[in-house]
Amino acid sequence: MLQILNEEGRVREGLEPALAPDDLRRIYALLVTTRAADGKAIKLQRQGRFGTYASNLGHEACQVGTAFFLRKEDWIFPYFRDLGLYLTAGYPLALYFHYWMGNEAGLKTPEGLNLFSFAIPVASQILHAVGAGMAARYKKMPLAVVATFGDGATSEGDFHEGLNYAGVFKSPNVFVCYNNQWAISTPRAKQTASETISQKASAYGFNGVSVDGNDILAVLSAVRDALDKARAGGGPTLIEAVTYRMGHHTTSDDATKYRAEDEVKAWEAKDPLRRFQRYLAGKGIWDEAFEKAVQNKADDDVEKAVAEAESRPSAALEDVFAHTYAAMTPQLEDQLAELRGTPREGGR
Amino acid sequence: MKLNMVQALNQALAQEMERDSRLIVLGEDVGLDGGVFRVTDGLFRKFGGERIVDTPLAESGIVGVSIGMAALGLRPVPEIQFLGFIYPAFNQIISHLARLRNRTRGRFPMPVVIRTPYGAGVRALEHHSESTEALFCQIPGLTVVVPSDPYDAKGLLIAALRGEDPVVFLEPSRLYRADKQEVPDEAYEVPLRRARVVREGKDLTIVAWGAMVPVVEKAAAAAGQNGISAEILDLRTLSPMDQDAILTSVKKTGRALIVHEAPKTCGLGAEIAALIGEKAMLQLEAPVVRVAGPDITIPLPKTEDYYYINAERVAGGIRRLMEF
Repeated sequence: MLQILNEEGRVREGLEPALAPDDLRRIYALLVTTRAADGKAIKLQRQGRFGTYASNLGHEACQVGTAFFLRKEDWIFPYFRDLGLYLTAGYPLALYFHYWMGNEAGLKTPEGLNLFSFAIPVASQILHAVGAGMAARYKKMPLAVVATFGDGATSEGDFHEGLNYAGVFKSPNVFVCYNNQWAISTPRAKQTASETISQKASAYGFNGVSVDGNDILAVLSAVRDALDKARAGGGPTLIEAVTYRMGHHTTSDDATKYRAEDEVKAWEAKDPLRRFQRYLAGKGIWDEAFEKAVQNKADDDVEKAVAEAESRPSAALEDVFAHTYAAMTPQLEDQLAELRGTPREGGR
Repeated sequence: MKLNMVQALNQALAQEMERDSRLIVLGEDVGLDGGVFRVTDGLFRKFGGERIVDTPLAESGIVGVSIGMAALGLRPVPEIQFLGFIYPAFNQIISHLARLRNRTRGRFPMPVVIRTPYGAGVRALEHHSESTEALFCQIPGLTVVVPSDPYDAKGLLIAALRGEDPVVFLEPSRLYRADKQEVPDEAYEVPLRRARVVREGKDLTIVAWGAMVPVVEKAAAAAGQNGISAEILDLRTLSPMDQDAILTSVKKTGRALIVHEAPKTCGLGAEIAALIGEKAMLQLEAPVVRVAGPDITIPLPKTEDYYYINAERVAGGIRRLMEF
């Protein structure tokens, strides 16, 4: 397993990716903002201001590391636990929050941003990413297409079909599995008898690599190599980012029912933010003042996003009907009129 | 030129692919082999492997990658070899294809046309005779189309390929080579969501689609010998269906017979009967009659005829309706 930063934040010589100090500051700010936004989301859910919500705690390095080197023309097919990826890709946090408050409009990706709406049916998005990769090749566009998913997804048929197609068509895909050890209550060991998830790639005829998913330098480095390979026509890569789901599966779940407190404690020591913070401190980039500035900015951004998300109106009745087909059908017109309490003259 | 349905569909695909480079055909054996029913015959040589894509044997994959292609602006035309093999792709269809437009408030429309043969009467193995169209008609966002002759096959397919919504395009395998018909050489559209009056009549309305249309035509001709004037409506688009055409005809004739080869319970006939009950009750001279497949798994060839609806069974339905 590739590790560049160990748990004390010490770097392995020769493996450190070349990143300018400003990039390092930006990465840290994204990690901190992700955590702040995630914590806020859970509070809002407790207050009834959010719907059921999937916690991102512990996944920050996987998410930010996956998206950081993406270019504007690349595509992303994320899943439902990808807050840091959304933020890093430039998705407005207010829009993301708006979705979790129960509004489809929150998944209307702004034009020009190549981020597909995230999938909830597990592993189904992997095939979409492969199709996008095939389309990019057909259109002779030298771009990369990223799909993210959890360890549970690797048991689904669509994981197999997707990686198999990717191998056959040599599609420019980067598959990033956030192996967070738990699919709701099912531990990684009960998900597959494979020793690693990355080894599955070899059966499909391409490379797989396992990285420490709590080490952002390792994630950044592996993803950048895979993106370069994909854009250059070298085909797909499977990256297994080994991490841990520090929170419950969602706000509707109680993880204390099925996993030991010790295990969670042990992973706390591997926290991706603290590790990167130590690394930055060693480089003279991080100090208390910097920390305070980053935290304040993150909290501020999150509060603004909440206010904006809550001020967005919910969809009107018409809007709920308007996007089922390209144009309204007579049936939908009738049903809409019925709900409005104004049945159409001569309506069917 | 006179073409059978396979040739008409092939011509529609060739002409639209020529016109629009965003069209990509993909599926199992669609390339050099031309598809198991030869609907894509010759297209591989004409358009190459980049646009006529032989896929691995995985149906969820075929529909799933089509969704990703559509996200990047292509117009994929996946073929599923038989309707009975579409079920592994059902999750992709119901969970994504049909609802991505709505989920993303129009940001990611899905102009994807899934072509697949369906229906019994071809003496096939199990899973090759399915008529499960009603499963797809229950899904908001999908359009379900079934042609019943070569002319409509070409025009409906072209309309589907030029549309902005996902379509499940069901091709009655029994009619693929049943008959030849004059089909215009140029491309043309037969509008979706419009039923066709196959035969005008005044005593009863028979609603049918796909391979049942020639069967009810035969029965209607026989009834005509006995002085019964039957109007036949070919639904063509099953969902969203042409309610106006059904109601206009039934209000005129006062009697409705619905014929489908799918199992009776929760078949599309139930929806049509409910529509008539809601909107044309007072014009009815008799209760609506359904002639449909029984609620059993469709038998293998030796006993398939116990299941399959022929003109005599339709005639029985007409009698019941007229003698009420």
